Amino acid sequence: MSTIAEHHDAAPVRHGPPPPPRGWRRLLYPGMLRAAWMVPLFFGIGSAIVVLCRWWGNYQPIWFGEIIVLIGALIAAPIGFLAGIGAFDYWVRYAIGSPTKPEDHSGHGAYSWRDYFRVNTDHKVIGMQYLATTIFFFLAGGLLAMLVRAELAKPGMQFFDNQTYNGLFSVHASLMIFLFVIPAFAGLANFVVPLMLGAPDMAFPRLNALSYWLLPIAGIMMLSSFLVPGGAFASGWTGYAPLSVHQPLGTIFFNMGVQWAGASSIMTALNFLVTIITMRAPGMTFWRMPLLVWANFTTSLLVVIATPFIAGSQFFVMFDRVMHTHFFDVGAGGYPLGYQHIFWFYSHPAVYIMMLPGFGIASEVISALSRKPIFGYRLMALSLMAILVLGFSVWAHHMFVSGMAPWLRVPMMITTLMIAVPTGIKVFSWLATIWEGKLNFATPMLWAVGFVSMFVIGGLSGIYLGAVPIDIHTSDTYFVVAHIHYVLFGGSLFTIFAGIYYWFPKMTGRQYNEKLGKLHFWLTFVGFNLTFFPMHLIGTQGMPRRVSDYAPQFGNWNLFISVASFALGASTIVFLYNMVTSMRRGAPAEANPWRALTLEWQVSSPPPIFNFDEIPQVVGNPYEYGVPDARHAVLNGDRAATDTEVRSH
Amino acid sequence: MRRGSIVQLIVIGVLAGAVASAVALIPDWLPTSASREAGRIDFVFWFVTAICIFVFSIVAAVTIYSVWKFRVKPDDDSDGPPIHGHTGLEILWTAVPALLVTSIAIVSAIVLAKDDAAGANPLRVNVYAQQFFWSYGYPGYGNKISSVLRVPVNRSVVLTMHSRDVIHSFWVPEFRQKQDLVPGVHATLHITPNKVGTYPVICTELCGLGHALMRSRVVVMEPAAFEQWAEKKTK
Repeated sequence: MSTIAEHHDAAPVRHGPPPPPRGWRRLLYPGMLRAAWMVPLFFGIGSAIVVLCRWWGNYQPIWFGEIIVLIGALIAAPIGFLAGIGAFDYWVRYAIGSPTKPEDHSGHGAYSWRDYFRVNTDHKVIGMQYLATTIFFFLAGGLLAMLVRAELAKPGMQFFDNQTYNGLFSVHASLMIFLFVIPAFAGLANFVVPLMLGAPDMAFPRLNALSYWLLPIAGIMMLSSFLVPGGAFASGWTGYAPLSVHQPLGTIFFNMGVQWAGASSIMTALNFLVTIITMRAPGMTFWRMPLLVWANFTTSLLVVIATPFIAGSQFFVMFDRVMHTHFFDVGAGGYPLGYQHIFWFYSHPAVYIMMLPGFGIASEVISALSRKPIFGYRLMALSLMAILVLGFSVWAHHMFVSGMAPWLRVPMMITTLMIAVPTGIKVFSWLATIWEGKLNFATPMLWAVGFVSMFVIGGLSGIYLGAVPIDIHTSDTYFVVAHIHYVLFGGSLFTIFAGIYYWFPKMTGRQYNEKLGKLHFWLTFVGFNLTFFPMHLIGTQGMPRRVSDYAPQFGNWNLFISVASFALGASTIVFLYNMVTSMRRGAPAEANPWRALTLEWQVSSPPPIFNFDEIPQVVGNPYEYGVPDARHAVLNGDRAATDTEVRSH
Repeated sequence: MRRGSIVQLIVIGVLAGAVASAVALIPDWLPTSASREAGRIDFVFWFVTAICIFVFSIVAAVTIYSVWKFRVKPDDDSDGPPIHGHTGLEILWTAVPALLVTSIAIVSAIVLAKDDAAGANPLRVNVYAQQFFWSYGYPGYGNKISSVLRVPVNRSVVLTMHSRDVIHSFWVPEFRQKQDLVPGVHATLHITPNKVGTYPVICTELCGLGHALMRSRVVVMEPAAFEQWAEKKTK
C-alpha cells in the first residue's frame, strides 16, 4: 500500500516516531505493548475500588459481578487502553509539570501499516483509521443483518431463540448508527475538511487522535455484549425504558458503548467547529466554503448540542439499574415517557447528523462530475441551517402513538412536514445542477445520483410518517423499517460510498477499478430496492417490526426480501475486493482526476505531509465550472497574478 | 429548451407517474377497513399518495431525462453552462412544496380531530397489557374480564390503556388505530367498528422475549349478540 510519506523522501525533517527503546523499557513506550499491561492494571484498579467500597459499606454481595464489569471492564479498562497507547501522554506530562516533548511532528504521517495502529495526530492518517474501523463495523453489522434475514426467511422460529434474535437486530442497528454511519462521515471529513480549508491539520490534532481511539472501544463493547451471560442488549437501539432497565447484563454494554461513541462524536465535532471557524485559508469567507464544509459545520453543531442528551438517557437507564434510582419506575414516581422525550431529542437530530454530511458529499460529487456550478449555492447552505434549526423541533413525531400530551402531535406534525421544504430545495437544486451538465458517470457520480433518487423515495415515505393519522397506522411496522433504510442506506450509505470512491485517489494515491466500482453500484442499487421496497407493503398490510415470527400471510414476501438481502450483502464483497486490490496495485492517481476546483485536489495524491507547502490564497467560489478563467484558489508561485485578483474580489 | 425536449420530458414524467400509480394501485396496500376511523385514515393515505406520485413523477422525469441526454464520454473535457441559480425557480420549489405539505397537515389535523372525538354513548373498555398477554375489562358490565376483545358494530368504543410492566402497543391493522400502553399513562383510543368480523390485535412495541407472540383477537359483533355475551356472568 502506498503511504502518505513516500512522496516526502526529501523532506528535511525525519518524520515518524523515534524508534522504540530496546529491552524492558519498551514496556513503557506508548503503544499496544504498554496497553497490553495497562488494560489489566486499570481493570484491577477499577474492580478493587468496587470491592473495597462494597466491603467498607458492607454491601452484600461484596463481589458483585455486574458492578465489577461496569466499573472495571467498561470504564477503567478502556481508560487504561487509551493511556497505554499514549493518547494522554502529552496532557499528563503537561499537567504534572514535566517537560513536554516539543512538537517535532513525529506524530504525523504513516510509514508502514504499524503507524495506523498507534496514536497518530495526522488528520489524514486519522481519517484512514476512521474509515478502516467503520468499514469493519459495517461488515459486522451487515453480517448481523444477514442473520436477521435468515431467521425471517420463513414464519416460525428457525435458527435463534427470541432473546438472541432481539439482540441481533439491536446490535445491528447500534453498530450501523454509532460505529458506521456517524463515524464514517467523521472519517471522510477528517481527511477532506482540513484540505478543503487550506489548513495543515485539524485545530486540535491530539484531541483528534483521542476521538478516533474512543471508537474501537465503543464498537468492541457493543459486539462483545454477545459474549456475556444473558446475551447481547436486546431492547432495540432505541432501548426504551422500562424494558431496557430490566434486561440482562448486555444492556450496560450498550449504555456504556454509547457513552464512548458519543464522546468521540462530541470531541470530533468541537474540533471541526474550531477548525472551520479559525483555520480557513485567507480569502475563504463562509460564502466561499465548499458545501461539504458547510455540511460538516452544521452537523457538528447538531452533534455538540444533541449528543449529550442520548448520553444522559443511557446514564439514566443504567443508574436505574445499578444505583436503583427511579427515573423510569412508575411505582416510585418515575416517568417512562421521559426517556423517549430525551432519547428522541437526540435521536431525531441524529438522523440529520447521519444525513447532512452526505448532502455535502453529494454536492461536491454532483457539481464536479456535472461540470457545472452547484445550483443556488447560498440557498443550499441556508437550507442546511434550516434543517439544523427545524431538526430540534420535530422529535415528538417518533411518539405520535406513545401516549404523550395529545396536543403536541399537530405542532410536531407541522414542523416535521416543514422539514420537507429545505430538503426539497436540496433535491431540486441537485437536479438543476445536473440539468444541461456534462455528466461523467464515473462510480462516485453513480452513487451520488443513485442517492438523490433513493433519498427522494425515503423523503416521500417520510411524508406518510409525518402525517399523524397515517403514522398511527404505520408506526412500529415494517413501513418504518423500509423508510429508515431508504434514508440511511439509500441516503447515508450511498453518499459514503460516493465519498469513498470520489476521494479514493486522493487518500491512497491510486485509482480504484472503475468497472468493479460500477458493478458494485448496480448490484447494491438493485439489491437494495428489491430488499427494502417490499417492506413498505408488508408494513402497511400489518406486519410489525422487531418480531422474530410473523403471520403466515407475509411468508412469501419475507422469503423474497431475505433472498434479495443476501444478494445485497454479497455486493459488499465486490467493494472490499476493489478497495484492497486497488490500494495495493491500482494505477497511480493524478493529483486531480476529477478536474475539481476545491482545494484538496490542488495538492498531490496523496497530499504532502502538511498538506500545503504554501498557504493557499482563496480568490473565488469553489464551484465555478464553466466560468472562463475562474479560480477557487491560487497556490504556488502565482503571486503576481494573485494580487490583482485578491483586490478585485 | 426546445419544444421536442419538453415533450420528451413530459412523456417520461407521465410514464413514471403511470408506473408509480400501478405500484400504488395493484397490490392491496391496506388491509380491510373495519372502522369509521380507518375510512378517514385511508383517505389521508391516498391523498398523500396522490401528492407523492405527482412529486415523484417530476423528479423521475428530470433525473431520467438528464441521465439520458446529458451524459458524456469520460474523456470529454468540456464544461457545462455556468448557471449559478435562478431566483424564480428557487422561489417556486420552496413555495410549492410548502403549499403541498401545508395541505397534508390540514387534512391530517382534521382527520385526527375527528378520530379523537368519541361518539355518543360510547362503550368503555379497559385494555390491560402485560408480558405477553392482552386482557380486556368492561367496567359497564360488572368489570367483566375477557381475553378476547369483543365489541359491538357501529358503536363508538373508548379503550383506556393500562400496562402492568413495560411499554406495549395496541394495534388492530383493520381499524388503523394504534396506541402505546405506557406504565402509569392511561391514554385513550377511539374506535367505531363498522364491519362484523374477527381481526388480530398485535403488540407493536418491543416488550421483551415474547413480543412477537403477544397477539390477541378483536371480534366485532352484532349489538344484540354483544349484549347477550356481555350480560353473561361468566366468560
